[in-house]
Amino acid sequence: MAQKKFVVGCFDDENVLFPAVKQVRSAGYKIKDVYTPFPVHGLDHALGMRETSLHTAGFIYGITGTTTAVSAISWIFTKDWPLNIGGKPHFALPAWVPIIFELTVLFAAVGMVLTFCYLCQLAPGVKKHHFHKRATDDLFVMVIECSDKTNTSDLQALLKSNGAIETNVQEAEEGWWFGTYDNDELPATA
Amino acid sequence: MASIKEQFEIPGTLKTWSYALIGIGAVALLYGMVTKGFSTDEHEQVHFWGTLMYNTIFWTLVTNAAMFFLCFSTMAMAAWMQSFRRIAEAISTLVPIFGGITLLVLLYVVIGEKHHIYHWLDKEAVAADPILKGKAGFLNPTFFIIWTTLTITLWSYFGYRMRQISLEADVAPMDAAAAHKYNVRSMVRSGFFLVWFGLTVASTIPWLWLMSIDAHWYSTMYSWYTFASSFVAGMALIALWLIYLKNKGYMELSTSDHLHDVGKFMFAFSIFWTYLWFSQYMLIWYANIPEETVYFKHRVQGAYKPIFFLNLFINFLCPLLILMKRSAKRNFTLVAFMAVLIIFGHWIDFYQMVMGSLMKEHVSLGWLDFGILAFFVGVMILMVARSLASKPLIAKYHPFLKESILHQV
Repeated sequence: MAQKKFVVGCFDDENVLFPAVKQVRSAGYKIKDVYTPFPVHGLDHALGMRETSLHTAGFIYGITGTTTAVSAISWIFTKDWPLNIGGKPHFALPAWVPIIFELTVLFAAVGMVLTFCYLCQLAPGVKKHHFHKRATDDLFVMVIECSDKTNTSDLQALLKSNGAIETNVQEAEEGWWFGTYDNDELPATA
Repeated sequence: MASIKEQFEIPGTLKTWSYALIGIGAVALLYGMVTKGFSTDEHEQVHFWGTLMYNTIFWTLVTNAAMFFLCFSTMAMAAWMQSFRRIAEAISTLVPIFGGITLLVLLYVVIGEKHHIYHWLDKEAVAADPILKGKAGFLNPTFFIIWTTLTITLWSYFGYRMRQISLEADVAPMDAAAAHKYNVRSMVRSGFFLVWFGLTVASTIPWLWLMSIDAHWYSTMYSWYTFASSFVAGMALIALWLIYLKNKGYMELSTSDHLHDVGKFMFAFSIFWTYLWFSQYMLIWYANIPEETVYFKHRVQGAYKPIFFLNLFINFLCPLLILMKRSAKRNFTLVAFMAVLIIFGHWIDFYQMVMGSLMKEHVSLGWLDFGILAFFVGVMILMVARSLASKPLIAKYHPFLKESILHQV
């Protein structure tokens, strides 16, 4: 579990946050993420994040479901256990369409939820470091990754001058871990 | 907003094209009327009046769908469409014109007792037929004429009222109280249209105008199917005009974000149409009762087989696969292509709904169909352009306009 150094800046206003994001990015710092209490329109764009490929994954799961349904039903009804149902042909495509549709939806939905959880590193028992507890209440928390050369006091001054109401430096686990929060050192902030 | 081009000026090429289309269409219409419509051969008569019927009904319902779009958006207090609401308004000004043509054609068919089109007009056949006798309370000339006239009049009137209240947003800025009052009044007016729309397009009108061609047959899916078909074509028409005006340098406030949502409507309602198509087909296929399968017999196994499955290909597979991606719905060229394809596809859908029942033995698709289509397209282009030019392109003091400008998908 590699610990990493982060500079954290807290903002209490969306309208201050956006210019600050722009300033920090153009100054060459790498923003890890901005934690917000609610979805902020256009923030992903301002952060320069790439489009998610979750839809592409969803499409692939969907056609996997379609293929599964078509091959399974056609094998069962024509080869494995042909039944005469109301005199219909064994290969009765219209009757299968609802099931094909349902399996397509099921595969796409379940697959996308699991992929989403994987991408967000969410799972039962998984813990992640909280940079600021008020990120779920009323603060926009900008987290900037530090390299060996980052001057943290300069960066904090930059954040302050761009309207951050609170800044600090945290040593934190970057990814996720199983277990409790005991092995995570929370910063001494209010 | 000083830099916004509010006034649409009709380009010369648009006029030339629309006059050319109307000219071609009028020649085809007159020639068809003389050689077929008033010929003594009943088969030829059915060909002409049937072709005219499905074209005029299709375009009436498609243009009316634009007003439906405006009204349900108003009712839902939607803001995103305010930047291009004048396009939908301009398209809906065609309802009285196309509705008038529809009314004339249907009156001619019903009063002229063209029982080869509507079998229930044949009094002797009805008297000897227990099924038709049972339906006579609904399928009779008096009710048909009254309900059709009332329907077209009220569509036109409620649509006119909606367009009038939109003009009030051109006059002066509104404060919060005035804006609230304006919204409530808009919603009340759209409510009248929506209720009448539900009673007509979503139920009785497709039964009367289209389904009664197969007087013995019925399907509970039919009206929703017709509605879905006309609504998705209506959204495609709005998209086409939006793209055209953007290309000409108007509609600066509408961006690819707005196009994205129009594209979503085209995509979603293509799927909805397919859902109804399939539900209607599968239930009849599964039950396999002769009086129900009679509708699909010549469509799935007879002469209309290519058209019937082409319909499903254009209106389901193409939108599903092409419009699925986000980038496709934001691409002006691709959406324009898909809009033309969808309008054509649903025109073909109306063709097989009407002519598939009137001329079961052979597919009549030819010069008459495309000629009359050219007439309606020409009239549509000319009248929508005139209506757009007659008032500002933006309802600039509409309370929701700012939200529409900020719209982001």
